[in-house]
Amino acid sequence: MHELSIVSSVVDSVSETLKEYPGARVKEVRLRVGVLASVVEDALQFCYGIATEGTALEGSALVVKVLPVVARCSSCAQDVEIPSLQSFRCSRCGEPVNDLRQGRELEIESIEIDQVEETV
Amino acid sequence: MTTRIVELRRGILKKNDELAAGLRGRFEAAGVLVLNLVSSPGTGKTAFLQRTLTELLARGSRAAALVGDLETDNDARRLAASGAPVRQINTHGICHLEAEMVGKHLDGWDLGALDFLFIENVGNLVCPSSYDLGEKIRVALLSVTEGEDKPLKYPTMFNSADAAVITKIDIAEVCSFDREAALRNINEIRPGIRIFETSAKTGAGLGEWLTYLAEQRSVRGS
Repeated sequence: MHELSIVSSVVDSVSETLKEYPGARVKEVRLRVGVLASVVEDALQFCYGIATEGTALEGSALVVKVLPVVARCSSCAQDVEIPSLQSFRCSRCGEPVNDLRQGRELEIESIEIDQVEETV
Repeated sequence: MTTRIVELRRGILKKNDELAAGLRGRFEAAGVLVLNLVSSPGTGKTAFLQRTLTELLARGSRAAALVGDLETDNDARRLAASGAPVRQINTHGICHLEAEMVGKHLDGWDLGALDFLFIENVGNLVCPSSYDLGEKIRVALLSVTEGEDKPLKYPTMFNSADAAVITKIDIAEVCSFDREAALRNINEIRPGIRIFETSAKTGAGLGEWLTYLAEQRSVRGS
């Protein structure tokens, strides 16, 4: 259970970015999380409300895009999705795969903000 | 009022990853092989590491260890019995080690005077998998008392490992340990990984493990 520290890092990171957008209000924070990232979406959501309290992110929504494992199969010479975490094998030919191309992501993709127009 | 989307594409653990990259550079420049040992609580990381340190020192290698724990310095005291320099990292409730904690505990150590540095992580098969410590080799340990399906239950950790160590094989029979199933499960999660079957008590499998360490140390870079 380290979701609270993950979410705290998100809050810090977004707050830093917001310095470039004075007065902006955050509507949504979008994450990309691989299934091998060892974080649980429910726990992230639970912690998000607590971690954003009293910050510029308070009231914003957290949107988590979960990414499956994609690996390079050397036999098929192409990237294949690995549907089960209990077996790292090519879903086409059954060969074991080790060369992971996706699945460990833990990143902030983007934020959606409301900005007051500058008036002259 | 305008709504806009700001693309960030930024790693959430960027700070840790940057610190870990810095440490990796330092370790490589110093020529010290760094290993991160991860397992559940009670797998026998400390006993395995104590035996490893003792054997390495007896062979004239220079080895040191950092050991992470929530509280107490019990493990550091056990490891120090090997004669190797050991430092305890108390995380005070945090369930994993981070690169910053490792960096802070290296002060005053001459890394160039070491062949091996072992980092014993907090006993936990989930959270430590997300935190790069700058190690060259991540070792996942599994004891015969834990059940052969542990790798299937914790794929994120076992898939991120570079080597696997089965501990306590001296009591495998009493535990009705299914060796074939354990090896198969580890291979299903991390195909082709090197697996060592060991006992810190009897010394079984230690020779092969020490040979592996020596080989890995002689491979410079990654």
